[in-house]
Amino acid sequence: MQRLFDTAVVLFGVVTLVFFLSAVIPGDPVDVMLGEHASSADREALRSAMGLDRPLLVRWGDYLAGLVRGDLGSSLVRSRPVADLIAERLPATLSMALAAFVVILLIAFPLGLLAAQFKDGPLDRAAAVFALLGQSIPNFWLGPLLVLLFSIQLGWLPVSGNESPAAILLPALTLGTSLAAVSMRMLRASLLEVLSQDYLRTARAKGVSRFRAILWHAFPNALLPVVTLLGLQLGALLSGAVITEVVFAWPGIGSLLIDAIRQRDYPLIQGVVLVIAVAYVLINLLTDLLLRRLDPRIAAEEGERV
Amino acid sequence: MRLSLLILILWVVAAIAGTALPLRPDEIHLERLFAPPAPDDAWLGRDELGRSLAARLLDGAGVSLLVAAVTVLISAVVGTAIGALAGYLGGWWDRVISRLIEVFLAFPGLLLAIALAAFLGPGIDNVIIALSVMGWVGYARLARNQVLSLRQREHVLAAVALGRRAPDVIRLHLLPLMLAPLLVEASYGVASAVIAEAGLSFLGLGVQPPQASWGTMIREGVRYLLVAPHLVVVPGVALSLVVLAANLFGDGLRDRLDVTSRNRQ
Repeated sequence: MQRLFDTAVVLFGVVTLVFFLSAVIPGDPVDVMLGEHASSADREALRSAMGLDRPLLVRWGDYLAGLVRGDLGSSLVRSRPVADLIAERLPATLSMALAAFVVILLIAFPLGLLAAQFKDGPLDRAAAVFALLGQSIPNFWLGPLLVLLFSIQLGWLPVSGNESPAAILLPALTLGTSLAAVSMRMLRASLLEVLSQDYLRTARAKGVSRFRAILWHAFPNALLPVVTLLGLQLGALLSGAVITEVVFAWPGIGSLLIDAIRQRDYPLIQGVVLVIAVAYVLINLLTDLLLRRLDPRIAAEEGERV
Repeated sequence: MRLSLLILILWVVAAIAGTALPLRPDEIHLERLFAPPAPDDAWLGRDELGRSLAARLLDGAGVSLLVAAVTVLISAVVGTAIGALAGYLGGWWDRVISRLIEVFLAFPGLLLAIALAAFLGPGIDNVIIALSVMGWVGYARLARNQVLSLRQREHVLAAVALGRRAPDVIRLHLLPLMLAPLLVEASYGVASAVIAEAGLSFLGLGVQPPQASWGTMIREGVRYLLVAPHLVVVPGVALSLVVLAANLFGDGLRDRLDVTSRNRQ
């Protein structure tokens, strides 16, 4: 219950922060949007359309009230509800994020297990180098490099867009690789920590091979911190999608956000940012609830504390 | 650690050289556009307007260094002050500030910086503001946890008993003990500020043309990926090397200063 209350408070804070972003626009937002030479009638029309003629706190109240009804305002440029625009683009982003999540799982789990199995061996060291590179190479450079290699040199995959099913591979790899590097290191560290515990020494003493011990005895217990991290990453995929979608001209909410920024469509910018942040908070909440299911010790500890 | 330090020093030297040398990163040579790297002409090649990539790279080094240094400085000072006060004062102060930290952490990755840059408009100063608003949280969380674990130490209790005021206790008796983890955090902070600046510039939200930034260079180069891949490769290598070096330097610093074992006590 406490967790749900905390989440509600954070969500309220997020909404407030996103709303007050509009207060940092330097100068008059109407001037910024219409340019210096607009007629004063146009200015007044836009001002009242955006509600800028009313005090900030009143607008904040309206914004909150609108959100409760599922109303994110309407786009200034496309004169359609922001919620509809986002809903149209959401499936593309979700499919890319899911594909990237699969990439994370496919890279992080085998590599993490192998790195722990062959600790300090050449494979472990190679995995460490991969992790370091993955963390240091930004998405917006990895993407073009992958295009250069797979689409241009080898000609295996399309350069951009999402017409063919294979087109999702490069964006997913771009988005997933750096996050996979972090999960892999986490899984390795967590496995090694569990491996040093007494029950695993017992298992090894009874003749269980190191590989079997890792897979059957250590893995389930090492999974808990990894699940937390994967939850955080699932949310991070949504924000990482912004840059990746721009690189690959992927028609999701990320490129919608960048288009909105270019057109100074402030309500649309706020809507997309809000949707991503709220999704991130909710995914973290679900991860926490899942962890309680997986590990009864968490709930028990909290019970003791109260 | 040594290699990473060398790369970081090279980065600083490149940034200084970019401003000190009489380079002309904006000079256009349309007759030599897309020229590949050549030792006798521009040794890293030329871009879509025939501008020297080497000169633009040095120019961009200055931008990334300026943004990273100022951002880390502002975030570290503001974040540490807020976090340390929250941990020290406790009670309602701590609860409110902790909530605030949670709200800022609810924006994953670059999202908050992108949103702020969108509303503030482009430009180096706005990039620094956006990244600092995003960056203070990490230091605040760290400083708060450190103060919570240090405030019961005897020398701190003695200082309080002698009637020292909160800012003095934090500055004189707590800060010196928190410096090691804060330094480690700051060197990772340099890595993320460099990536973030380049990311915002790549999205067109940061440094504006004709000023060169590694992010804008990649952004412009991507359009000519088929014709002239070196336009993307050159700034990307520089960017990744600096980020890699800052990350490695943070790792080395962490091991040397023994930060984790101290936290465990």
